[in-house]
Amino acid sequence: YLSASPLLKMFVCCHRLAFGNGNVHYLPYYLPCPEIFSMKLQYTEEKLIQLFPQLFYQQPRVLAPKRQDVLTVTPWLAPIIWEGTFNSEILDSAYRPLNLTIGVTAFAIGKYTKFVGRFLESAEKHFMKGYRVNYYIFTDNPKAIPDVQLQPGRRFVIVPIKKYASWQEISMRRMEAINKHIAERSHQEVDYLFCLDIDMVFYNAWGPETLGDIVAAIHPGYFSVPRSHFPYERRRSSAAYIPDGEGDFYYGGAVFGGLVKKVYEFTKTCHMTILTDKANGIMAAWQEESHLNRHFLSHKPSKVLSPEYLWDDRKPKPPEIHLIRFSTVDKNYKEIRD
Amino acid sequence: RRDVLVLTPWLAPIVWEGTFNRDILNAQYMQKNLVTGVVTFAVKKYWFFVEGFMSSANKYFLAGHQVNFYLFTDNPEQISHLHMAPENHLFVIPVQNYSLWQDISMSRMDIISRYIRSQFQYEVDYLYSIDIDVQLFEHIGVEIIDTLVGTISSWQYKARRESKLYERRTESQAAIPKGEGDFYYTASFFGGSVAEVYKLTRACFKGVMEDRENGIEARWHDESHLNKYLLYHKPTRLLSPEYCWDEEL
Repeated sequence: YLSASPLLKMFVCCHRLAFGNGNVHYLPYYLPCPEIFSMKLQYTEEKLIQLFPQLFYQQPRVLAPKRQDVLTVTPWLAPIIWEGTFNSEILDSAYRPLNLTIGVTAFAIGKYTKFVGRFLESAEKHFMKGYRVNYYIFTDNPKAIPDVQLQPGRRFVIVPIKKYASWQEISMRRMEAINKHIAERSHQEVDYLFCLDIDMVFYNAWGPETLGDIVAAIHPGYFSVPRSHFPYERRRSSAAYIPDGEGDFYYGGAVFGGLVKKVYEFTKTCHMTILTDKANGIMAAWQEESHLNRHFLSHKPSKVLSPEYLWDDRKPKPPEIHLIRFSTVDKNYKEIRD
Repeated sequence: RRDVLVLTPWLAPIVWEGTFNRDILNAQYMQKNLVTGVVTFAVKKYWFFVEGFMSSANKYFLAGHQVNFYLFTDNPEQISHLHMAPENHLFVIPVQNYSLWQDISMSRMDIISRYIRSQFQYEVDYLYSIDIDVQLFEHIGVEIIDTLVGTISSWQYKARRESKLYERRTESQAAIPKGEGDFYYTASFFGGSVAEVYKLTRACFKGVMEDRENGIEARWHDESHLNKYLLYHKPTRLLSPEYCWDEEL
């Protein structure tokens, strides 16, 4: 059920003012609180331990790690998913019987509608095969969305939204749109939700190894550089600020997800920090990606996807990447962004 | 750590020294305001180990966090006054003794499940069963906290599947067919969320009772049943043999 408060609640957002000498002062700033933030959502029980049916597979060897060239567990003991670290058969045998529905959100605004066809066709071949999938395509131009043939058990929903003036604004408003949509609809329809960029294509399998409470992906441009080179927001006056010497990974804004209730929570938080910056007249270096990185530094993901799951075709493939699963489509940025 | 497996094929982390940062984990644990319990048995001559176990556990087990120690013993009078850290609590619970140590070993499962149901579920979030003859030499912290946790036995971690100590006779409920098996887990140290430990101990005790009715006893008693359970209900986290090293090795 949704319990919506009839009153429009105001929440106090304390934003920080920065002065030349770096001192931070707090001033209360009242922002209208969208109704959805006060909605209570009823969630179904989390499925924890699944029964793994009898299966025959190669014995895991304690002294023989499959991947010795990369980090496969974070310092907070979250798995980092690389090819070779997991057995799809074992995972499928546990997850398939749970009858899960996986949601995917993707934004196709303005000229980006031209990517929808290829995105969906490739997703049909590689994304969560054998599972129920709901694609939620957010667009300002429903007529421009092609009709794509889907496998049984998979649905496609168009979510009309308004188009903002600049591409940065469009990008940042995604958090709000996703959050609102979860509250209004998708929390009842899916168990897990992935928020993906539309200008991408699936090339290889993306399966239940990616399912987790809070899932983030490592940005392909920054997995082999020290944290001092991460393009975090470095201005103290931003709510996405990450000081020097801090940071685990640089996560990409093109892929994130998790249990639908967790995605609801962190999209809410990110949207609030984005609004805080707006009130302060500042925009983070990489828009919502900066805010996402700030959030995942303090609230660590329970599962991290390697750059196999978020690749950039313009980059040469290094030896650590055995398999490219999801990658950018080559495009002319000037032409696409109005 | 490049020399060892740190992630199982079903993506459960295997905890080895060097794989984790305890500060990050402590911060996450404290945010959730959790209480962890330890269940241990000191029956018959095992009361001798109580002092050593309690003083080392008090010092090294989840130091700085609230721990409830539940000590089951047939000899409560022999338990000398134990000094507990301010955040920890000790509950001494009398139990009857059995003539055979195997019976004690297997009735542990029954006792744990019954007490979870009547008491522990209201007092702790996570519960671990640890053998009393275990001494802690190093800190064991919140890296062990997860929904269902098994410890890889130090005896078997090098061995091939075929030579494992699994029960193989199909008449036993603990039987694991040839060609199956992930790791050999020790019954000296297992645990998880109170709900999962309840399910595990119930299932193991059920297996024990059925075997008894059929006139068979599993090769390694409750440990065989534990291994059967953890094969089909895979742990969400594994502890390396560092967490339960057998001095005899």
